[in-house]
Amino acid sequence: MAVTPRRVGTAARAARLAQRQGALVVLVVLCLVAAGAFDTFATSGNLTNIAVQASFLAVIALGMTFVIFTGGIDLSVGSVFALGGVLAAYASQYGTLAALALPLAVCGAIGLVQGLIIARGGLEPFIVTLAGLLFARGLLLLVTDSGRNTYDVPVGSAFREIAQGSILGVRHPIWIVVVLYAVGTLVLHRTSYGPTVLAIGGQRDAAELMGLPVARARVLTYVASALLAGSAGVMIASYTSSGVPIIGIGTELQAIAAVVLGGTLLTGGAGTVLGTLVGVLLLQVIANVINQLSLAQAWQAVVQGTILLGVVVAQRYLARAERR
Amino acid sequence: MAELSTPTPSASAPAAAPAEPGPEPRPRRRLDGEWLRRYGVYVALGLLVAINLVITPNFLTVSNLRLQLVQVSPVLIVALGMAMVIGTGGIDLSVGAVIALSATLIPLYIGYGPLVAILVALAVGVATGALAGTVVARVGVQPIVATLALLVGLRGVANLAGDRIRPIRDPFLRGLGTGTLLGVPYVVVAAVVATVVVWFVLGRTTTGRQLVAVGGNLRAAALAGLPVKRVLTSVYVASGLLAAVAGVLLAARLQAVNSASLGQLAELSAITAVVVGGTPLTGGQVRVLGTVAGALLLQLLSSTLIAQGQSDAVTQLVQAVIVVAAVYVQFGSRRTR
Repeated sequence: MAVTPRRVGTAARAARLAQRQGALVVLVVLCLVAAGAFDTFATSGNLTNIAVQASFLAVIALGMTFVIFTGGIDLSVGSVFALGGVLAAYASQYGTLAALALPLAVCGAIGLVQGLIIARGGLEPFIVTLAGLLFARGLLLLVTDSGRNTYDVPVGSAFREIAQGSILGVRHPIWIVVVLYAVGTLVLHRTSYGPTVLAIGGQRDAAELMGLPVARARVLTYVASALLAGSAGVMIASYTSSGVPIIGIGTELQAIAAVVLGGTLLTGGAGTVLGTLVGVLLLQVIANVINQLSLAQAWQAVVQGTILLGVVVAQRYLARAERR
Repeated sequence: MAELSTPTPSASAPAAAPAEPGPEPRPRRRLDGEWLRRYGVYVALGLLVAINLVITPNFLTVSNLRLQLVQVSPVLIVALGMAMVIGTGGIDLSVGAVIALSATLIPLYIGYGPLVAILVALAVGVATGALAGTVVARVGVQPIVATLALLVGLRGVANLAGDRIRPIRDPFLRGLGTGTLLGVPYVVVAAVVATVVVWFVLGRTTTGRQLVAVGGNLRAAALAGLPVKRVLTSVYVASGLLAAVAGVLLAARLQAVNSASLGQLAELSAITAVVVGGTPLTGGQVRVLGTVAGALLLQLLSSTLIAQGQSDAVTQLVQAVIVVAAVYVQFGSRRTR
């Protein structure tokens, strides 16, 4: 419209900031309100609780972020997460090393097969990982005798320390998230893999014509996503000292929601790693506040769905404002 | 056949197509490629039926066939709506939650009479579809995100509304769920009617042509002056309505509604049926009969495996492999990278 170029620049910058950091603004406001409203919210115990509870989804969503950077999607992570947990708990009777190696090997293999079918076979990520969701859940049912077996981690096993221990007073899962997101940010900004992934999402044909290793990068992305989902499973098996077969249903949707809330476009080609972490924390804080209000569990879904819709609609309007 | 597609050069004519005028030369028949892509799902379905005729005792009995059809009907009804949405290049993840919400409302409104309850349930489907369609078409949010938000939120609303499992004792609804018309269950009749209506709308009306045009190339459709936003909105309304129909039928058949579990993962079954039926996720093409065959194939596959004494685990593993194989046969060879 008829505004001076200078004002357009400022408005566009503000709009871009709000689009990228909208979830952060909502998160901060929500935390401030919650801290004012409940004495129990801003306690170190509750905040630690939120962070630990969020850590599993955070690890899964990190892998999803890179998949979505390439313009793909990974619907299998919820099942792979559950499978990783069950395999870790099962293998923990043979030692901590086995409890780490078995789930990561199996989950990595699932990611590799998915990645190869997508990148080399040219099939839609949506449908391949949808099949992966079924496949991993089927494997899990095989391992657990149709979900009837819950494997327990032996008492005194060092494996329990992985998610139950703490360093410098900070619980291990929080450290794991901090380290993984630091690595993720470095990979995105300091290695050639990061720009390659974004270029694939931006325009795959162009990325290929530029000679970027498109197929390899795509395969790697799905392997990483499955490995991270499996790692989250290992973490939760260690945290709960057992392999629960029924977890992870709908987790892929939570992970996608977190990535979208973090300002990453599902079309790929743009986004941030830390935004995803903000999205995960926002979902977890909502859950925590609903608990504090002692409302029915169902409100959690209603509020999360509403905020997700509100944020993406706002993002669209802000993106339009930016273009003007 | 109910195959509709926009003439995209990559799909219809390979690079070798001659540009000379005159009668078009007959394209060479390639049994492995185009033929398999087009009829693969029917062949697979036929094969599975044949296998069942041999190995499953009592397969060809009225009661078994009726059971199969009754079970597949809600999935098929949802898949038809999904096929239209996918035809526009979109996706509707909210259908499972819409099923749950519409079914949950039935016991709550049954006091006003069964027709009122059904109308409320269907109206909710239309309303949620209109919301999804508006957010997708007018605001421009990606379909997968918009309907994902609805999936999460509407399931929450359904759980709030139906805080416990509620039985349905209304005789009219029970009749709807268990009654038959000339030996055919009403549920199956509804699925057949829905199939015919969707087939007619897509194949014989302007709206159907516009729908595949929008899916084939949205910009071109907009530049050609098609009412893109109205078409996009209406497919989500149709999908929401069909999901609500499935919800009503499920509530009537099960005679009880559990808002937490009803319609769980129905979106994935519907998408699978559509894609296995030969409709590409990229849009611009809808295969209605393929979707019917896809839904039947998946239903028969799982019931066959269960009849053979296989566990859920094996059933899911086989389904996963079949889905990838089916999609690979139909779409994998188009892009060889």
